[in-house]
Amino acid sequence: MNAVEVDQLTRRFGDFTAVDEISFAVPTGELFGFLGPNGAGKTTTISILCTLLHRTSGGARVAGYDVETERDLVRSNIGLVFQEITLDDYLTAEENLRFHAVMYGVPAKEIAPRMDPLLEMVGLSDRRDQEVRFFSGGMKRRLEIARGLLHMPKVLFLDEPTIGLDPQTRFHIWDYVDELRRREQTTMFLTTHYMDEAERCDRIAIIDHGRIVAIDTPDALKASVGADTVMLRTTDDATAERELGEHFGLEVEHRDGQLVVHVPDGEAFVPRIFGSLGVGVSSVNVRRPSLDDVFIKYTGHDIRDAEAGNAAQFAADAMTRAFRRS
Amino acid sequence: MATTTTPLPAVAIDHRGHSTTRNLRTVGMVWTRELIRLRRMPTRIISGIAQPLLFLIVLGAGLKNLVGGQSLPGGVSYQVYIFPGILAMSIITSALFSAVAIVWDREFGFMREMLVAPVSRTSLVLGKAVGGGSVAVVQGLILIVFAPLIGVDLTVARVLGMIGSLLLLAFALTAFGIVLASRMERMESFQMVMALVMQPMMFLSGAMFPLQGLPTWLGVLCRLNPATYGVDLARRTLLGSDFALTIGDWVVPVWFDVAVILGIGTAMLAVAVRLFNTIE
Repeated sequence: MNAVEVDQLTRRFGDFTAVDEISFAVPTGELFGFLGPNGAGKTTTISILCTLLHRTSGGARVAGYDVETERDLVRSNIGLVFQEITLDDYLTAEENLRFHAVMYGVPAKEIAPRMDPLLEMVGLSDRRDQEVRFFSGGMKRRLEIARGLLHMPKVLFLDEPTIGLDPQTRFHIWDYVDELRRREQTTMFLTTHYMDEAERCDRIAIIDHGRIVAIDTPDALKASVGADTVMLRTTDDATAERELGEHFGLEVEHRDGQLVVHVPDGEAFVPRIFGSLGVGVSSVNVRRPSLDDVFIKYTGHDIRDAEAGNAAQFAADAMTRAFRRS
Repeated sequence: MATTTTPLPAVAIDHRGHSTTRNLRTVGMVWTRELIRLRRMPTRIISGIAQPLLFLIVLGAGLKNLVGGQSLPGGVSYQVYIFPGILAMSIITSALFSAVAIVWDREFGFMREMLVAPVSRTSLVLGKAVGGGSVAVVQGLILIVFAPLIGVDLTVARVLGMIGSLLLLAFALTAFGIVLASRMERMESFQMVMALVMQPMMFLSGAMFPLQGLPTWLGVLCRLNPATYGVDLARRTLLGSDFALTIGDWVVPVWFDVAVILGIGTAMLAVAVRLFNTIE
């Protein structure tokens, strides 16, 4: 069964099409990632799926329910971790969780048995009675993730869950997410513009200008970009170049005093070099295509360029404004 | 970090849309939250009673020699006369203030958490109105302690009647505040509310002066102000029916005060629910 099904979904803000006829499905239990620059349509899509925003056309089902006609059923079956913190600063960690549990219909006597291990897992057991305003950004995030899972949602949506956090904290958050995934098997729907986070997903969709331009596992996407890059330093570049041409039929490029060749499977290729080259090899470097390469291939630009671009920024602003209004 | 794969304890949750129990518990939770927040921000209580005390002690004492004696019913002192009015004013301020905290909730995101929950918006608004009302009454009760100091005789019946009046007024004013706040986007708008709503409401309520013998335009404005009926209710509960409000020759009965406040409060609550339902 699919936890999320999206069919021809479109959302326009005036003349601006934030989400343009996208279709995809997320099977139950998957960690699914939406990768794209700011303003690409990630938050708009996630907002529609969470029933926070109406679609212009098309349809979507989450946890088996229609996001337009069965909003309350969708809402009680999903967990949400927004980009911005949505905790009450003047309540303690436990009070925030209890508030949530009540709204999501967790029976009073079952709150503690569910809440305690979750607090334990996100490492906040000893802080449960402290007001949230004394928490660091990372602690607030962890508390929000625990809160998002408190009512046993079928799908947990994480909209840029580590935005604004330092690298070490981001790393820790992911430890917790992985652990929770192992134990809960909840479907997780993530948006991110960090490549390393996209790498962790079972599958990712690359979204740009409101359209999904590619969707697959990170490995398959990288393989689709093409060959691995192998860089060699040798004792005799001229001979090496000639031999690489004779034995493997490879075209050799020169870059920074190194020989560069492109082969389908770099790791398997390296041992064969040593067997067949008559010259000494002082260093070998194999680089697989990264998601950055994937992103460039499918969108024609670098994700950071896209973010710096005025057009994207304008789009993001327009979306934020429209979002606040609606 | 532990790498156990033991699932967390599962709980039986009724995932089917709205349920009455869930909504009722939500009302209680939103209400409790208001009281918790009040306890965590003691400065709010202090600032909430500082202004009324200034009016009562400084202004009251200052004007005592000018006003009073024969000009007030029963020959009470000016401080005694304005005391119920000051109480009602503090309720109005504090009720509007707790409602306007909604704007803060929106700015700091917690509003999101409430709005995406599978609960009816009515339960959120009700919880807020009851919560804001209770907070206002807590402040009102602190002020009642000062009554004997300025010479108001307190009886159990008067205090109970006072609590009832304050509760009613606070509830209606919080509902009104929620209506204002639900369309406010920024905190700056709060200043505007203060200047355009709160202060006219207080000045025109008869809290500081009797409404008899005023210039016609002022008398009419005061009697159009719903807060006037709250002040009237508070004053006659505490000081007796000599102080009743009149419209022309008609002495306004207590039930009319109650009906005006209750009617406006209920209408405001209905509008607030409607407005909340349209927020996505």
